[in-house]
Amino acid sequence: MTDQAPTPSLYAAREPIFPRRVSGKFRNLKWVILAVTLGIYYLVPWIRWDRGPSLPDQAVLLDLANRRFYFFWIEIWSHEFYFVAGLLIMAGLGLFLFTSALGRVWCGYACPQTVWTDLFILVERWIEGDRNARLRLHRQAKMDARKLRLRVTKWVVWLLIAVATGGAWVFYFADAPTLFVDIFTGQAHAVAYITVAVLTATTFVFGGFMREQICIYACPWPRIQAAMMDEDTMTVAYRDWRGEPRKHSQEAKTQPMGDCIDCMACVNVCPMGIDIRDGQQLECITCALCIDACDDVMERIGKPRGLIDYIALSDEKLEREGNAPRNPWLHAFRPRTILYSALWAGVGVALVVALFMRAEIEMTVAAVRNPTFVTLSDGSIRNTYDVRLRNKNGEERLFRLFAKGDPTLRVQLEGTPYGSVPVPADTSFLQRVYVIAPPGSAPAEAERTDLRFWVEDLTNGDRAYKDSSFSGKGEAQ
Amino acid sequence: MSKVPPKQEGDPNTTGHTWDGIEEFDNPMPRWWLWTFYVTIIWGIGYTIAYPAWPLVSSATAGLLGYSTRGEVAAEIAAVEEANAGINAQLASAELTEISANPELNGYAVSAGAAVFRTWCAQCHGSGAAGFVGYPNLLDDDWLWGGDIESIHTTIAHGIRNEEDDDARYSEMPAFGEILEPEEISQVVNYVLELSGGQADAALAGPGAEVFADNCSACHGENGMGDREQGAPNLTDAIWLYGGDAQALTETVTYSRYGVMPPWTQRLSEAEIRAVALYVHQLGGGE
Repeated sequence: MTDQAPTPSLYAAREPIFPRRVSGKFRNLKWVILAVTLGIYYLVPWIRWDRGPSLPDQAVLLDLANRRFYFFWIEIWSHEFYFVAGLLIMAGLGLFLFTSALGRVWCGYACPQTVWTDLFILVERWIEGDRNARLRLHRQAKMDARKLRLRVTKWVVWLLIAVATGGAWVFYFADAPTLFVDIFTGQAHAVAYITVAVLTATTFVFGGFMREQICIYACPWPRIQAAMMDEDTMTVAYRDWRGEPRKHSQEAKTQPMGDCIDCMACVNVCPMGIDIRDGQQLECITCALCIDACDDVMERIGKPRGLIDYIALSDEKLEREGNAPRNPWLHAFRPRTILYSALWAGVGVALVVALFMRAEIEMTVAAVRNPTFVTLSDGSIRNTYDVRLRNKNGEERLFRLFAKGDPTLRVQLEGTPYGSVPVPADTSFLQRVYVIAPPGSAPAEAERTDLRFWVEDLTNGDRAYKDSSFSGKGEAQ
Repeated sequence: MSKVPPKQEGDPNTTGHTWDGIEEFDNPMPRWWLWTFYVTIIWGIGYTIAYPAWPLVSSATAGLLGYSTRGEVAAEIAAVEEANAGINAQLASAELTEISANPELNGYAVSAGAAVFRTWCAQCHGSGAAGFVGYPNLLDDDWLWGGDIESIHTTIAHGIRNEEDDDARYSEMPAFGEILEPEEISQVVNYVLELSGGQADAALAGPGAEVFADNCSACHGENGMGDREQGAPNLTDAIWLYGGDAQALTETVTYSRYGVMPPWTQRLSEAEIRAVALYVHQLGGGE
C-alpha cells in the first residue's frame, strides 16, 4: 500500500437493494416454484395417513423420541437410516447434475433463502410500493407517521410469515393437530417454542434484512458450485458482442451503437444488486429476472429478445462470428451430466430395490462372549445370545425362535419354557437365548461350531435368519 | 453490496500479497460482521463473569451464577433418585418372590441390579458374572447356598463368613492336613475324582470311600451331593470353585478353603440388594 492512497475502510455497511417489479416467463416460473415449494412446506405435515391403531396417522413424521421416520407408506427405523443417507446422496448428485447443466438454478429458483426473500420482497412491494417508492422512503431521513406506519406494517407481516415458517417446521416432528393446540395453550415442550423462536428470528433477519449477504458471505455453495460448471453450462449472461458499445459509453460516440440502450432495467430488477453486463460473478444467483427485464425492453424498442439470456460459454465464439448458438440439449448431454444422471439413477434404483426387499420382521443376534461359555453342573456347555427381534407390524405377533446347526444343540429361551415369544406391535424386543451342548458332544468339545438362528412369524410364516457360532471348550480344556 | 473496481496498474487497494501473479484485494468486510464480532467479545466477557473462568492462585473465580460441573452432576443424581424414589419403595416392600411376575417392576429391578452389580460385585465375580477361581460363577446352575431368589437375597444381604454380620452364611471346612495322613488324603482325593467322573486311580479310590465316609460325609453327604444348609459343595457335578484336578483337590483337602463375602446391608439399600438379587437370579442359573 502506498502513502498517497487513502486507507480503505475495514468494514462496509450493506448497501440496500430495491429490486424493481418485473414480469415475464422466468418471473412466472419463479412464482409457480414459490407457490409449490411453500405449499409443500406448509401443508405436508397436515396430510393424514392411516397406519392402524398403535401408529401415528401423520403422513410425514420424524418421530425423534421413538426413532421412527414415517413417509406415507414407508416406515424407516433408526437402523435403516441409510435410506435417508441415500436420499441425501441423491439430492447431492441431483444438485451436481442441475448445476453442471444449468448453473446455479438451485440458488435462483428453489433455495429457501431465495424463495423466502422473494416472498418478503413481494410483501415489501405491496406495502411500500415498487422500487422508486421504496427508494424515496429509504432516502427520506425523517421518520414521519407515514414512514413509521409503512415500516411497522411491513415488519409485522414479515414477522407473521417468519412465525409461520418456524411454526410449520416443528409440525414435522410431532402430531401436527395436537402440537398446534398445545402451542397455543402453552402446553408444548420448551424445545418446540425454542425451535419456533430460533427459526422465526432467522427467517425474519435472513429474509428481511440480510438477503443477498447470506448468499455472498454465509453460504458455501456459491464457492463449491464453480467446480460443477464448465463452458457447456447454460448460465445467465449478457451478449456483449451484440449489446456493446452500449448507449452513453465513450465508444458509442465514435462507433455504431450496440443493442444495449443502457436503461439499467437489468440492474434495477436484480435482487443481488449487480450488473450482469460485467460478466459472470460470484454474487449472481442466476434468477433470470434480468432476462425478463431486458426482453421486455428489447420488445418495446423493436430489437430481438435475448440480449441477456441463458448462454453456454462455449457458444460465445460461434455467436461472435455471427452463427446461431448450438441447441441447448447438445450442451446438456455431455459425459459429465450423463455420469451424474447415471449415478443419481443408480442410487435411486438401489434404494427402491432395498425398500421392496426389506423384511417385515428382523433379527439381530449378539453372542455374549463374557464369558464365552458356561459349564453347567451336568457338564453341559451353554452359550448365551442376546437376540433382538423387530416386529414392524401394527399388532402383536408371536415369534418362534429356533437354531439349526449341530443336531445335539438345544435352544432354550430365558424366562419361558416355550419356544416362542410374543413381540408387541412396532417394537424391538430383546430376548436372551441359551444354546446348550450335552457333555462330550462335538460342539461342547470343539472351539467353534457354526449355528444359524431362525425366527418365524407364526401369523404369516415369514422367516428371517442370522448366522452366529457356538463356542465350546476347545483349547481351554 | 461491495462493488469491486477493476484492477488498475498501481491500484493501492491490495494487501500486497501475491501468489502466482494473483493479488489479493483489500476490500472491506460487511459492517454486520464487525458488529457480530463485537457482540461475541461482550458475550465472552459476560460469560467469564457469570461462569467460573479466571484462574486465581489456588482456585478460580466462582462466577455469579454459582455453577459447577460437580454441582450439576449432584443435581442430576438427586433428580434421578427422586424420580426413582417411588419405584424403589415399591421394590423394597414388594413380596420378593412375586416381583418377577410384575414386568414393569422386574424390568426396573434387573436394569438397576445390573448397575449395582457392575459397581459392587464385578470386582470379584467379573463383569460377566462368570467368576474366577475361588469366586463363584453366577451364570451356572450350581449354588453353594441356594439359587432361589430368597436364598440369593439372603446371601447378598448378609454375606459369607464375615465378622460384621451375625446372620452371615457360615461354615468352615477343617484343614485335613493336620488330621489325615498324606496317604489317606491321596485316597480320598481319588475317591472324589471318581465321584465326579474324573480320571481316578481305582486302587486309591477304593479305600478313599472309607476315608470319605468317616471324615467328609457329615457335610458333603454320604453320596457327595453336598449340603446347601452348610454351603458344602456338591462333589459329583462338573463345577469346581477351586479346580477339580488331583492337585487342586489335594490342596483343598489339606489346607481347606475359606471364601468370604461382605454383608451388603451395610453399603446398599434394601431396594438395591433386591435389584441385584433379581439381576443375578435371571442370569441363567436361578432356581
